[in-house]
Amino acid sequence: MANLRDIRRRIKSVKSTSQITKAMELVAAAKMKKAQDQALAGRDYADKLNKVLVNLKGNTDDESHPLLGQSEGGKELMLVISTQRGLCGGLNTNLLKKVRKEASPEAEYVTVGKKLRQSIAKSGGNIVTDWEVADPVPFNDAKPIAKFLTDKFLSGEYDKITVAFNNFVSTLTQTPHVSQLLPIRADELAEKQDYEGVGKGEIGETDDAAALNMDYEFEPSAEGVLDKLLPLYINFQIYQMLVEARASEHSARMVAMKAATDNANKMVKELTLEYNKARQAAITAELLEITTAMKAME
Amino acid sequence: MSFQLDIVTPEKTIFSDTVDDVYLPGSEGEMGILSMHAALVAPLKPGELRYLKDGKIEELAVGEGFVEVADNKVSVLIDLAIGEDAIDEAKVEEAMKRAQEALAGENVDHDEMAALQVVIAKSEAMLRLKRKRM
Repeated sequence: MANLRDIRRRIKSVKSTSQITKAMELVAAAKMKKAQDQALAGRDYADKLNKVLVNLKGNTDDESHPLLGQSEGGKELMLVISTQRGLCGGLNTNLLKKVRKEASPEAEYVTVGKKLRQSIAKSGGNIVTDWEVADPVPFNDAKPIAKFLTDKFLSGEYDKITVAFNNFVSTLTQTPHVSQLLPIRADELAEKQDYEGVGKGEIGETDDAAALNMDYEFEPSAEGVLDKLLPLYINFQIYQMLVEARASEHSARMVAMKAATDNANKMVKELTLEYNKARQAAITAELLEITTAMKAME
Repeated sequence: MSFQLDIVTPEKTIFSDTVDDVYLPGSEGEMGILSMHAALVAPLKPGELRYLKDGKIEELAVGEGFVEVADNKVSVLIDLAIGEDAIDEAKVEEAMKRAQEALAGENVDHDEMAALQVVIAKSEAMLRLKRKRM
């Protein structure tokens, strides 16, 4: 019976699919762990940087620095951090929806990752440039992006720089998030970011009062130090968002691949049942033929 | 008298231990920090960081960042800190050559020039450290 062979073929193909998805799941799980560890490893740096920034804020005239301010409206440049590859569930779709909702109509885009670059280009968005970021995220990849965005902002070409990325809440939940990078709101500077999902709860809040009480000497001057520190702060922000997006990507892929593997295994089970039934039917039919033939010869 | 020194990059904590003194490449010139130093924040430029631990001087090539001194604790926040054994001389030389060529070429605007000079300064710091030991 041709039917039997067809079923056997299908079982084989579904089985090999499930092997691939299983392997992808395991790889994604390992990479997710790495991204999480990476985010945690940056905690010390974030902690110290925040402490010094809080103190600097108290020691300098906030609004004087060109990177600080409260710009509302104006021309927007949005950095969209998506994934390079697909097979990660609804991650990119959800982010795109969020981008459509949050971006101002005449916003222009800078992208990381192929997936949303294509979607945004297709829907007519103006993409200024595109970056590729290695995995795991090297800090050095964040720097040129930060520099590019800062330059664009300082040259006055754009009044506002925002970043859209997937925020890692837990292995099962990633939420699309848009946050303002530039100008840095002086009141938000060094505050705990609401998107710090990876390794949340690992460190306490920066103790503002204690940080302010530190009587630092600044070399050469508080303004000079602030001038050097703000770019570092932006570098670090971008880096952290990249790591966050990477952790989201891997966990979303892990979950999607787990679902795919489960479905494939279920399908194999059903097909095996069908195969056995068909085989049984074939045997019964054959026996029936033999007995009928014998009866006829008697 | 010793004090706590932490050298931290965004990627990981490179060093965390007590040392006797530390010399840093400050943006205003090299500075030495001993125990009980006053609270201080200062930017750093690419160069060499030296610290003395148990009578032995250890050296690291460092990139851009800043140093924070508080409560007899020194924290160096830096984007690169690399020991002598981890430096790949050929690779660094190549990167430096590329940067120099780019710098010598045309169409270099002011910002790019600054970025390239940082690359060269970092490379030089690493090479100097590497060759000193040979």
